[in-house]
Amino acid sequence: MSGVRVAGVGLTHFGSHPERTGRDLFAEAALSAKEDAGVPLDDVEQLNVGNFAGPLSEGQGHLAPLLGEAAGLSCPATRYEEACASAGVAVREAVRTVRSGEADVVLAGGVERMTNHDTPEVTESLAIAADELFEVRAGVTFPAAYALMAEAYADSFGIDEADLKTDLANVASKNHDNAIPNEYAQYQRELTVEQALDAPPVAEPLGLFDCCPITDGASAVLLVSEEYAADHDLDAEVAVVGTGQGADRMALQDREHLARTPAADDAAAMAYDDAGIDADAVDVAEVHDCFTIAEVLAIESLGFYDPGEGLGAARRGETRADGDLPVNLSGGLKAKGHPVGATGGSQIAEMARILRGDHPNSDKVADAEVGVTHNAGGTVASAVVHVLEVAE
Amino acid sequence: MSDAGFDEWLHAFVADDGYYVECANGHGHLPPRRICPDCGSTAFSEEALPESGTVETITTVHVAAPSFESDAPYDTAVVDFGPARVTGIVVDAPTGAVEIGDEVEPDVGASETTGDDVLVLRPV
Repeated sequence: MSGVRVAGVGLTHFGSHPERTGRDLFAEAALSAKEDAGVPLDDVEQLNVGNFAGPLSEGQGHLAPLLGEAAGLSCPATRYEEACASAGVAVREAVRTVRSGEADVVLAGGVERMTNHDTPEVTESLAIAADELFEVRAGVTFPAAYALMAEAYADSFGIDEADLKTDLANVASKNHDNAIPNEYAQYQRELTVEQALDAPPVAEPLGLFDCCPITDGASAVLLVSEEYAADHDLDAEVAVVGTGQGADRMALQDREHLARTPAADDAAAMAYDDAGIDADAVDVAEVHDCFTIAEVLAIESLGFYDPGEGLGAARRGETRADGDLPVNLSGGLKAKGHPVGATGGSQIAEMARILRGDHPNSDKVADAEVGVTHNAGGTVASAVVHVLEVAE
Repeated sequence: MSDAGFDEWLHAFVADDGYYVECANGHGHLPPRRICPDCGSTAFSEEALPESGTVETITTVHVAAPSFESDAPYDTAVVDFGPARVTGIVVDAPTGAVEIGDEVEPDVGASETTGDDVLVLRPV
């Protein structure tokens, strides 16, 4: 089995770019990754691209060859759709392809165009990641689904509603602090706990600032085999050493747990086993905080906290940039933004830069050697976890 | 456009004949099902859903999708009926009044926005 190195990464600015087409966004990210890697496009043997709602947002199906063409590629191209975990599975399958020896150079990433539609339309299109018959038709939006999980969490662990909201506000505030120096982030600005608590309600207990924004953007990661990296003298010191994926029932009503995310538990266990590590070895994490409660559930699934113990981590400072285990140094989905089909790739890109030392927040974890990314689909009916490591 | 299995299940509540499907090994689900995701059984029977269930989690939705825009704010809840859980919109109570642990009964109502049939939950 070949080892897998991150040869290069590319991101567009994450934000509101309603005039930009998906193909243009992805081409920018892909070409940035190519430049970062120093790998010629002719060497790319496969494109794996994540996208959630292209057919709805742009009226464009059959996306992968179109995006490959836009990026100057002439290799087989496949679109992966796993809701918000679309790019995560695109990367995972790229890792597996390189490991298998099927290819030495695979470009993986994702793209989403969202702000060309108004908020109600986007809310409706995002809802298709939930169970259409039993949830969407019962008025469940995505914020509502996570609000249901948040209320179940508070009930399960005996948490007062005011304490719940305060701890969640600390998650949002922390991630905004982390995004300030990140030039790719949608919101490079502070958000105080008080501002988060004073935000208008979306689905109680979640307010506006518990929710990630609507975002346009693209991500690209150029993965190569260790042999290719050595043969071409590439500067590719970060390796993908673990990958895992899990699944759960689609609708919350059909789940064993409403306040836990077993799909992510399974993905983490698989990725840790694959990497030969456990949670204690992780120095830094990028997790899927589409809503503040989602970060709490993620750090518990990743084994950093026992169930019910993760809620106060940001308030206590443990997951802040200067804490024992920094979480979402990129700003997370909350402040960096969440172009749905691109997010999983952006987490890999941000983590690779953090570990390489060329991320604006790398100095917060100067000695970090092991990073984890956690990408979730829907209400975590899908989850993908990767372990990245400084290999040399 | 009808959704076979789901439509029949939803409209059964109009006549107070709510049901779930149970596999040969006693696992409860909502239809349509061809195979039990818990055990792989392919034999199902329709069983009466209990008349009331317990709210397991609930939220007040302030920002709705276009299909529920005029309904907002509204409460949506996941309710435990024992053999199966059901998700629906709470009616006949002010938003925020129904809490986790409360008993509710299922029925069929209409969305104020679209007029479409919706699974609704009434406090007992």
